[in-house]
Amino acid sequence: MYSLAPLIVLFPLIGFLFNGLLGRKLKNEALVGGIGTFAVFASFAVALGIFFEMISLPVGERSKTITVFQWIAAGSFSANVAYQVDQLSILMTLIVTGVGSLIHLYSIGYMHGDKGYWRFFTYLNLFIFAMLNLVLADNYLLMFLGWEGVGLCSYLLIGFWYDRNFEKGTTGDAAKKAFIVNRIGDFGFLLGMFLIYVTFGSLNYETVFSQAALFEKGNSVIMWMTLFMFIGATGKSAQIPLYVWLPDAMAGPTPVSALIHAATMVTAGIYMVARSSILYALAPTTMEIVAIIGLATAFFAGTIGLVQNDIKKVLAYSTVSQLGYMFLGCGVGAFASGIFHVMTHAFFKALLFLGSGAVIHAMHDEQDIQKMGGLKKYMPTTYKTFFIGALAISGIPFLSGFFSKDEILWKAFADGSPILWIVGALTAGLTAFYMFRLVSLTFEGNERFDHHHVHPHEAPKTMLYPLIVLAVLSVVGGFVGIPHVLGGPIGIHNYFEGFLDPVFERANEKMALPMHDDPSLEYLLMAVSVAIAATSIYFARKVYLEKKEIAERWASKFSGTYKLLYNKYFVDEAYDAVVVNSIKQTSDKFLWKIFDVNIIDNTLNVSSKFVAATADIFRRIQTGVVQSYAVVFVAGILFVLGWLMIR
Amino acid sequence: MQNILSYVLFSPLVGIVLLFFINKEKQIWIKAIGIATSVVTFALSLLVYFAFDAANTQLQFVEQLPWISGLDISYFVGVDGFSILLVVLTTFLTPLALIASWESITDRLKEYVVFMLLLEVGMLGVFLAFDLFLFYVFWEAMLIPMYFIIGIWGGKDKIYAAVKFFIYTMAGSLLMLIAILWLGYYASTLPGGYFTTNLQKLYAIAPSIPMNIQIWMFLAFALSFAIKVPLFPFHTWLPDAHVQAPTAGSVILAGVLLKMGTYGLIRFCLPLFPQASFQFTPLMAVLSVIGIIYGALVAMVQTDIKKLVAYSSVSHMGFIVLGIFSMTEEGMQGAIIQMVNHGLSTGALFLLVGMIYDRRHTREISNFGGLARTVPIFSTIFMIVTFSSIGLPGLNGFVGEFLILLGSFGSQFLNSPVYTAFAATGVVFSAVYMLWMCQRVFFGKVTHAENESLIDLGKREIGLLLPVLLFIVWIGVYPSTFMRQTAPQSKKIVIQMQNAKSGVTQMPGLSAK
Repeated sequence: MYSLAPLIVLFPLIGFLFNGLLGRKLKNEALVGGIGTFAVFASFAVALGIFFEMISLPVGERSKTITVFQWIAAGSFSANVAYQVDQLSILMTLIVTGVGSLIHLYSIGYMHGDKGYWRFFTYLNLFIFAMLNLVLADNYLLMFLGWEGVGLCSYLLIGFWYDRNFEKGTTGDAAKKAFIVNRIGDFGFLLGMFLIYVTFGSLNYETVFSQAALFEKGNSVIMWMTLFMFIGATGKSAQIPLYVWLPDAMAGPTPVSALIHAATMVTAGIYMVARSSILYALAPTTMEIVAIIGLATAFFAGTIGLVQNDIKKVLAYSTVSQLGYMFLGCGVGAFASGIFHVMTHAFFKALLFLGSGAVIHAMHDEQDIQKMGGLKKYMPTTYKTFFIGALAISGIPFLSGFFSKDEILWKAFADGSPILWIVGALTAGLTAFYMFRLVSLTFEGNERFDHHHVHPHEAPKTMLYPLIVLAVLSVVGGFVGIPHVLGGPIGIHNYFEGFLDPVFERANEKMALPMHDDPSLEYLLMAVSVAIAATSIYFARKVYLEKKEIAERWASKFSGTYKLLYNKYFVDEAYDAVVVNSIKQTSDKFLWKIFDVNIIDNTLNVSSKFVAATADIFRRIQTGVVQSYAVVFVAGILFVLGWLMIR
Repeated sequence: MQNILSYVLFSPLVGIVLLFFINKEKQIWIKAIGIATSVVTFALSLLVYFAFDAANTQLQFVEQLPWISGLDISYFVGVDGFSILLVVLTTFLTPLALIASWESITDRLKEYVVFMLLLEVGMLGVFLAFDLFLFYVFWEAMLIPMYFIIGIWGGKDKIYAAVKFFIYTMAGSLLMLIAILWLGYYASTLPGGYFTTNLQKLYAIAPSIPMNIQIWMFLAFALSFAIKVPLFPFHTWLPDAHVQAPTAGSVILAGVLLKMGTYGLIRFCLPLFPQASFQFTPLMAVLSVIGIIYGALVAMVQTDIKKLVAYSSVSHMGFIVLGIFSMTEEGMQGAIIQMVNHGLSTGALFLLVGMIYDRRHTREISNFGGLARTVPIFSTIFMIVTFSSIGLPGLNGFVGEFLILLGSFGSQFLNSPVYTAFAATGVVFSAVYMLWMCQRVFFGKVTHAENESLIDLGKREIGLLLPVLLFIVWIGVYPSTFMRQTAPQSKKIVIQMQNAKSGVTQMPGLSAK
C-alpha cells in the first residue's frame, strides 16, 4: 500500500484539473460536486489502507519514503517531490481527507445554485492537493509548496464572492490581507529554510534531523532557525502578532471556514513545529517563546470571542484561541498532545462551523446572533449536533475536547509552570462561556428575527449527514488518547501517544523531561478545570437565557472594556496606521513623487540639459564665417610663436 | 548543422528582404511574412537547443571568420550554457510579440515588421557573439530599431521616451567601447602579444590586469550593464520607455533587452575582472537589494498598470543581479533561470495589459474594477501570471527566486546573510503590489459602465498566451528540463571565481594568432 501514497496527492489534483478545465462548460452541479467529493474520498480510502497496513507493521518499519521525481536541484542543493509516510503524516492525511470529504459532501448542498459552483470545487480540490503536499512532504521545500499553496487557495476562497462587500471593504480586501499576512510569515519560513540549508546542507527531513540529533541543546544557530520557522507558523496558524487575517477570512463561504480556517490549513504551523520537534527540542528559548505566544493568543482571542455578535466571528476567535492551546502543548514539549488537539479540534470545529453554515443558510445569510434565537424548534438536528460540539470544545468530561485539552493543561503544569496552567484553565472558562453564549443566543430563548422575511428550516440531507458524523467523532474521538492517569488504572493505554511516539523519539531524548507521577494532583487539576468550564456554562446560560439585563448592565458598566474587546483591541486599526499607511504614504509621496521623479530622474534631465546648454555655447564658435576663422588661425600662430620665443 | 548559428542569427534578414518586394498595402502578407520568418528562426534555434550538449562547458557550434584580421577582430559566434536559454527565449518571444501586434499596429506596418526583425538580429547577436567588437556592434545596433519602435508606434510622450532610452543606454556603452579597445591594446603589450578582441583569448589574460586598472575596466563594463538591467539608481528610463512603447516593444524590452545587462555581467564582468568583481560585490549587492525593495514600493503606489509592471521589473531584476554576485552555483543558476522566468511572466503581463488597453484605451487602475465577472478568461490568465510573478511555488518564478536567495544566503563572497534577509522582504512586497492592483482591477463590483460590455479574450489572444502559461507551469514543476544546460557552466564560473579568490590564477598567456 505504501507505494500508492502518491495517489493520495494525485486524486485531488485530477479533480482540480477536471473541474478547473471543464467545470465551466459542464454546467452540471451533480457531476462537478460528485467528482470533487469523490476525489477527496478516494484519497481518504487510500490513506486508510496505508494506515491499516502501517499498524500491522512492527514499529521500526512504519516510516517509508516514496520519491516521485527530482524537483529543484542546483549545485549541492536538491529537493525532491517525495512523500514521507509515517505515523504523523498519515494521521494528518486522514484528518485532512476525512474531514475534507465530509466538508466537500456538505458543500454540494450548501453551494447549490451558486454561479461559481464549479469554481468552488476546483479551489477546494486544489486546497486539498496543497495541504496533502504540506503534510506528506519529505523535505521543507515541498512542505513550503503546500504551505504557500494553501495560502493561495485560502486567498481564492476568501475572495470567492468577489463582488460582495465585507465589513468596511470587500471580500477582496479580506483575501488580500490573508495572503499578505501569510507571506510575512513565509518570509520567516524562507529564512529558516536557508539557515537549515547552510547548517545541515540539505532540506530533507531525515538528513536534517539525524544531524541535528548530534547538536548540543541551546545552540544559537538552531535557536534562530526555529524562531524564523515559528514566524512562519504564527502566520499560517494565526498566532500573535500575525493572527489578524483569520477573523477576516470568514468572508468566504462557510464550508471554507470549516475546512481551511478551522480544521486543516491553520493547523499547518503546529504540524510544522511537531515535524521539526528535534530542532525545537534543541532550542529551549524558542520553546518558551512558543509556549508563551500560544498561551497569550489563546487567552487574548478568548476575551475577544466573549463579545462578538457575528456567529462566524465567535467561532473564528475560538479557533485562534484553540490554536494557541496547541502551541502551548508544543511549547512545553508535549508535541503528541498538540497533535491530539489538532485532531479533536478538527472534529468539533468543523462541526461547529458547518452547523453555523446551516444556520446562516436557514436565516437567509443573516450572521448576527442578536437577530436569531429559538432556532432549535426549526432545526433540531443542527441544534443537537451544535450543542455537542459546544460541549466538546468546552472540555466537558469524556467528550473529545476534554481529553486533548486536559492533556495539554497537565503538561503545561508539569513540564512548564503553574502560571501556564492557571491562564490555560481561565481560557478554558472563557471558551465555555462564549460557546454557550453563542448556543443560547442562536438556538434558545425568544425568537428575535423577522418572521415575515425569514423562515428558518432544517438543512438538506447532504448537509446534515456530515454534521452527524462529525458529532459522533466529537463525542468518541478522544478515546484513542485517554490520559494515563484515567486509563492506566483500568488497563487502557494512551494509544494515540504510543502511536506517535517514534516520531518524537529524538526530541524526547533531548528534552529528557522528568516523569511526573502524581495522580492525585493531576486529578485535582482536572477537576478544577472541569469545574471552571461547567461554571462558565452555567453562567452563560443563566445570563443569556434568563437575565439578559445582566449582560447589558455589564456592557454599560464596563463600556470601555466592552468597546475594547468588541473592536478587537483596535489591533487592525493600529497595524493600518503604523505599518500599512506609513509605507503607502512614504512610497507614494516621497519615494515615487519626490525621490524617483524629482531627484533621480531630474538629475538625469538636468545633466542632459547642461550638455545641451554647453553645446549651445560652443556651437557659436562654428559661425561659418571664413574671416573669423582666419583671425583665430593667425592669433593661434602668434600665440605659439610667442610662447616658443619666451621659452 | 554547420553554420547553424549564422542561420539562426541572420534568418530574420531573409524576411526583411522578402518584405522589400511586398506592397505596403498588403497588410496581411506583411504580417504573415513577419510571423513566418520569426517562427522559422524559432524552429532553427530549437535545432540548436536540442543538439546542444548540456554536459559540455565548451563553446558549441562555433563559427569564426576573420573580419579585421590585422587587429584580430573576427566574426566569432558560439553558444554555451549561459546563452542557450536566452537565445531560445528571444526567438520564442519575437513571434509572440509580432502576433500580439496583429490588430494594434496598422500604421506603417511594413517598417514596423522590419524593425522588429532587425531587433531580433541585434538581440541574437548580443547573445551569440564571442568577439568583443562584434558584441559591441550588435549591442549598439539593437538600439536603433528599438528607438524607432518606441518613437514611431509609441504613446503620447514617445519622442521623449525614445530619446531618453537611446541616449541613456548609449552613454553607458561608450565607456564600454573604450574599455574594449583598451583590453585589445593591453593584449598587444604582453610579451609576444597582439591586439585582439577575441573573448576566449581575453578570458585567459584579463584576470591578470593590475588591480587599479581592472577596477576602471569593471566599472566601464558594469555601468553600461547596470543601465540596461536596470539597476537602481539607473532605472528611470525604464518606466518611461515601457509606458510609451507599444505592447510588442514592451514585451521585447522586458523579456529580452533587460536580460542583456545581466547576461553581460555574467559573460564579461565576472570572468574578465574577477578581482575587481570581488571589490564591487558589496556595492552591487547593496544596489540590487535597494532595487528589490525600492522597485516594489514604488510599484505599489503606481496608478497606471503598465508603469506598475515596469517598476516591478526593477525589483525582479535586482534579484537576478544579487544571484549573480552571490557567485554560488545555486545563485548563478537561479539567476539564469530567473532571466527566463522574468521574460515569460513580465512578457505575459505586458501582453495582457496590451489586450485590455486595446479594448478600453486606458491603463489607469481606477478605471477598472469587477473585471472578474465581465472578462473571466482574461482575469484567470492574469491571475495565474500574477502568481508566477510573485513567486508562488509550483510556478516558474519561485524556482529562480528561491535559488537566488538560497545561494546568496550562504555565499562566501557576499559573506553576510543580511543581504538575503532584506532581499527576501521582496517576497512580501511583491505580493502587496500585485495583489492590491489585481484586487482593484478584477474584484469588487463593476464601477464603470464601459467595463460591462468588455469582450473576453479571443482565440488568437488565448493562443498567444497558452504557450507562455505552459512554460510558466513547466519550469515551476520540472525545472530540470531547462536547468540541465546551465548547470555545468555555472559550476565552471563559480570554481573559476573561487580559484581567483584564493589566488590560484593561470599564468597570463596569449595563444598564437
